[in-house]
Amino acid sequence: MTETSALAVVDPAPPRLGAVSQLARRMQAGWRSIVIFIPYVWLFVFFLLPFFIVAKISVAELKMASPPYTDLIKWAEDGIMTIRITFENFTYIFEDDLYSKTYINSLKISSISTILCLLIGYPIAYGIIRSGPVARRLLLFAIILPFWTSFLLRVYAWMGLLADRGTINNVLIWLGLIDEPIRMLYSEFAVYIGIVYTYLPFMILPLYANMEKLDATLNEVAADLGSRPMNTFFKVTLPLTMPGIIAGSLLVFIPATGEYVIPDLLGGGNVLMIGRLLFNEFNQNVDWPTASAVAIVLLFLLVLPMTIYQYYQGKAMEDQ
Amino acid sequence: MTGEQTLSDTPWLEQGAEPFIKIRGVTKKFGEFTAVDNIDLDIYQGELFCLLGGSGCGKSTLLRMLSGFETPTSGSITIDGMDMSNVPPYERPTNMMFQSYALFPHMTVEKNVAFGLKQDKIPVAEINDRVHDILTLVELQDYKKRKPQQLSGGQKQRVALARALVKQPKLLLLDEPLAALDKKLREQTQFELMNIQEKVGITFVVVTHDQEEAMTLSTRIAVMNDGEFMQLGTPTEIYEFPESRFVADFIGSANMLEGRIVEDGPDHVRVKTDLGEVFIDHGQSVKEGSRVWIAIRPEKMHLSKEPPLKPGPNQAFGMVDDIGYLGDISIYKIRLENNQIIDVTAPNQIRPKSRTHTITWEEKVYLHWQASSAVLLTK
Ligand SMILES: Nc1ncnc2c1ncn2[C@@H]1O[C@H](COP(=O)(O)OP(=O)(O)O)[C@@H](O)[C@H]1O
Ligand SMILES: [Mg+2]
Repeated sequence: MTETSALAVVDPAPPRLGAVSQLARRMQAGWRSIVIFIPYVWLFVFFLLPFFIVAKISVAELKMASPPYTDLIKWAEDGIMTIRITFENFTYIFEDDLYSKTYINSLKISSISTILCLLIGYPIAYGIIRSGPVARRLLLFAIILPFWTSFLLRVYAWMGLLADRGTINNVLIWLGLIDEPIRMLYSEFAVYIGIVYTYLPFMILPLYANMEKLDATLNEVAADLGSRPMNTFFKVTLPLTMPGIIAGSLLVFIPATGEYVIPDLLGGGNVLMIGRLLFNEFNQNVDWPTASAVAIVLLFLLVLPMTIYQYYQGKAMEDQ
Repeated sequence: MTGEQTLSDTPWLEQGAEPFIKIRGVTKKFGEFTAVDNIDLDIYQGELFCLLGGSGCGKSTLLRMLSGFETPTSGSITIDGMDMSNVPPYERPTNMMFQSYALFPHMTVEKNVAFGLKQDKIPVAEINDRVHDILTLVELQDYKKRKPQQLSGGQKQRVALARALVKQPKLLLLDEPLAALDKKLREQTQFELMNIQEKVGITFVVVTHDQEEAMTLSTRIAVMNDGEFMQLGTPTEIYEFPESRFVADFIGSANMLEGRIVEDGPDHVRVKTDLGEVFIDHGQSVKEGSRVWIAIRPEKMHLSKEPPLKPGPNQAFGMVDDIGYLGDISIYKIRLENNQIIDVTAPNQIRPKSRTHTITWEEKVYLHWQASSAVLLTK
């Protein structure tokens, strides 16, 4: 006892060492809070801030000026602050049935596209899982390959394929199957093709990731217990791949609803989708407040599926 | 059992007894590789039959052919008089307990067990009763609502067993049912498994690589190697009367001496080995002068510090090279004159007075064994 206390008095090293390690600990804690902070900064700058700007514009009035909307806050000369908020833009959207029709049509197109992607993507993902290791890698590569060329270029390529004098019609006429070209471009049909084609990988990849974790023995167990293949699919495989189905569906559904390029290029003026309407309000009508209100309503329409997505992501994480 | 038909304990010895499972000339090839090689086997009603062998010898493949997940390349399988060639797994009167248990992760214990019954369109009330009964049998009635992730290894094993048993199959196939359990639990579960099998009266075919497990559980054992049966018999037959060096060595341990036949009498055999003469008190028809092996189990050798009273056959001496003290028994490694090491085990029946062994390292010791102890092997 006495020896140690004497040592502590004589030797000043331990407290100094303590100070150094304390500093190191504090710096470490500092780093940790910075690392945690970065995503918040990101979310604030690139999501929350733009959202507030759009929200602000959506409650302003149209004005022939630059920028083309009224200020939210006005300072009178005597120093009195007035806030002007109007919900006319929103009532306008709800009154004019062009908007509600367009929203419904957008949701219809994105829902049907999502279902088509699921119906096509599910067997593809299942097929990839069931193939040998080499084939599996090649097939996955093929799924990702289209991302290497520009999205716009690929949509233009579809225009070339679907046009009245396009490749498909030419081949069909040459084969003698049809006399007159079939009208495919500038129709909802073309928009479906474009969306399903573009978003299919976003369906397949989460499904693949989910199915990869699936234990193939479970199928054998089910068969052993007397379950036919079809029943096994609905009672075992489908429930266990539900997280992948939900993730893939939302990854298709959410961006497809707000899609602009595909309906514009492949649908022409014939397909109403909210993305195009938004673009028109902003650019042709230069009505930023209405455009912003359209965007805000779209956002709230998509919050529900996004919440579902978050919920299932969280649950999937818990299960592991 | 209603008592009309009493089953013999050893149906394989009965004249004209009809086997429950008939495996005839079954071969399974994966490409060029032969996993199961021309197997013939009869298994009888109520047996607890073990397929025993090292990893990769084809045990699981044979089991999977019984359950229908693999199709034999050639040969036929008959279960309860029905040819299984074109019967898919979901129509076979068998159920299998998988090595990995493979419980459905999205279902509770109860739903897992009920799954098989639902396929048979059984009324809900009956399903509930049967699930309850079987869960009581495996002592899991309080875990009905749990998900598999919330169970211990031993509990998962019992759910898997219950799920396979609840359909009351004619034949239950178990692939390494206890391999994932720790030693204590495994030994305890072995006896539980035997009790359950006795209660339900279903024929079990168990695959294992653990010879102790096979010895404890089975009515009969088939020892497999490279897709072939090396020997088929009761645990006692396999242990005491191995027919080949492979079996003698694989089941338990055996000291192997090489030698030549000196005399082959009607009731005895004499073999010359490096250690001197070995006398075996039962006849065996082998040609004089031919090369043979003698297998002697470590526990059948006697160890002594005193030299034998008179020299004779079945004796040897050597130095203690090493001692393995296991508590209940000790293993002595004895180095003989020709440098061969012989294992001898001796029970520690008397608690030593001092903390040292009575026989210690580098001591000269004498070995002898009875004329009935040595097994003569020709292959
Ligand atoms: N589906 C398969 N394709 C190719 N080889 C296989 C297949 N299943 C098993 N084998 C091979 O057959 C041999 C026996 O396998 P298995 O019956 O599982 O052995 P074990 O006795 O360990 O259960 C092994 O060498 C294994 O690699
Ligand atoms: Mg195996």
